[in-house]
Amino acid sequence: MYADFDLLIPEGLNQALGMIAKSKADTDIAPLGGGTNLVVEMRARGKAAATLLSVGQIADLRGIEIADGRVTMGAATTVSDILRHPRMPDVGSALFESAGVFAGQMVRNTATVAGNICCGSPAADLVPPLLALGASVTLQSQRGERTVPLDKYFTGYKTSVRKPDELLTAISWPVPAGKSASRFYKLGRRKGDAITMVGVSVFIEMAGGVCTTVRIALGAVGPCVMRAGKAEAVLLGKAPTAELIEKAASVAEGECAPIDDIRASGAYRKQQVQVLVRRLLNQTIESLS
Amino acid sequence: MANRKMLTLAVNDTVRNVDVATNETLLETLRRVGAVEVKCGCEKGDCGACAVLLDGMAVDSCLTLTHTVGARAITTIKGLGNAEAPHPIQTAFAERGAAQCGYCTPGMIIATQSMLNNDTDTPDEADIRQALSGNLCRCTGYTKIYDAVLESAKVMRDTAAAGEMESVK
Ligand SMILES: Cc1cc2nc3c(=O)[nH]c(=O)nc-3n(C[C@H](O)[C@H](O)[C@H](O)COP(=O)(O)OP(=O)(O)OC[C@H]3O[C@@H](n4cnc5c(N)ncnc54)[C@H](O)[C@@H]3O)c2cc1C
Ligand code: FES
Ligand code: FES
Repeated sequence: MYADFDLLIPEGLNQALGMIAKSKADTDIAPLGGGTNLVVEMRARGKAAATLLSVGQIADLRGIEIADGRVTMGAATTVSDILRHPRMPDVGSALFESAGVFAGQMVRNTATVAGNICCGSPAADLVPPLLALGASVTLQSQRGERTVPLDKYFTGYKTSVRKPDELLTAISWPVPAGKSASRFYKLGRRKGDAITMVGVSVFIEMAGGVCTTVRIALGAVGPCVMRAGKAEAVLLGKAPTAELIEKAASVAEGECAPIDDIRASGAYRKQQVQVLVRRLLNQTIESLS
Repeated sequence: MANRKMLTLAVNDTVRNVDVATNETLLETLRRVGAVEVKCGCEKGDCGACAVLLDGMAVDSCLTLTHTVGARAITTIKGLGNAEAPHPIQTAFAERGAAQCGYCTPGMIIATQSMLNNDTDTPDEADIRQALSGNLCRCTGYTKIYDAVLESAKVMRDTAAAGEMESVK
């Protein structure tokens, strides 16, 4: 036995919200999605929350809907569900790219979107594309429901605005409109099943030759996945010339503060942020012209 | 505190009642009841040796808590075929030299079947690399495995097409 815990398996969302309502901390009752993060972590640490609340099997929480100009994914939607959705390359191309380089097949078949966000890892691969697409998350408890922009969700390393009695129930973003495109690139030590050293995602919308929306998100180069707001400002409202793209890339490098770890040094990560931001901006803008 | 409960598990078309603790993984449960064809490698989702199908889709049994399986059908490599009546993927692995020590093979074949079920029955090498990226092999160097997967997919398509011809006649 690697860790001791009880496990609750609610049939629907209301029952789940009732079960977690009494939780005062994640050490009381912790949600369980696919378990691809939590089971590994419990085994490594030999300890767990007193009770896990399984939400992966709740049918209402799984699926991708495109309606009223928004794409909405239930919390228990898996990485494979993203890859297998026929419209994902159009309505979330960066997210589709990220799902394609995520873990291996068995983990993709199990890992949920909410689990990827809520594990709080700065290397979580779905988060940079979701930030670039301008996603919001829905948090629900018996006290009610609230929607939080994803760029306001994380407060630090593995910390967030989620309260212990809340479940993340949905993630949504506007269907990309007009002339727009998004990209994601994962720099890992191998092509398959690698943990990200640097993840970059960009979203650009253009009108009349200038950038009307610019979002640049960086993974694994700070305590949580972050937007490079200053780099975005370099291009916003401007025609994206080679000089401005170069400038945005070096501003993005200056905005991040990566650490050294077993996968890469901080200095290497910083340099790669510049390379990848420049490359993805060029590719995205080229695809729009 | 962990609790125990009787669960009804459908393993390779046999229904069993098993007493399972809430913190038990499906890998632990399956091997405990004798399904030792499901291999234990890393117990952290890295190697794929423990893969089984749940309703036709591959998962790592070492990361799956048994209580979350519910009514889904569990298929291990023995549920696909055996020495007397091998599955086409098993035949291709044997004929192409895609198994050496054989430890990764159950997981490789389960992941292959899952790709054919859920993603594509006409895989190219890129599809195969993506589908098998969660399966490690320390022996073969993977090339013969990719060959065997390509071949078995073709055999299965040809058999299905021949079956259709038969039913038209
Ligand atoms: C071999 C391997 C390879 C991996 N490769 C990658 C990779 O390439 N890229 C990547 O980003 N990740 C990777 N991971 C990590 C992991 O698979 C992902 O983070 C995955 O998305 C986690 O989802 P899950 O449903 O399994 O989460 P779980 O493990 O079930 O939960 C993770 C956390 O989220 C919380 N949680 C889950 N659902 C909810 C909810 N609805 N509301 C509130 N909190 C919730 C849990 O309490 C827990 O703290 C890998 C893991 C393994 C084992
Ligand atoms: S034993 Fe399950 S993936 Fe290695
Ligand atoms: S044949 Fe030995 S590990 Fe693959």
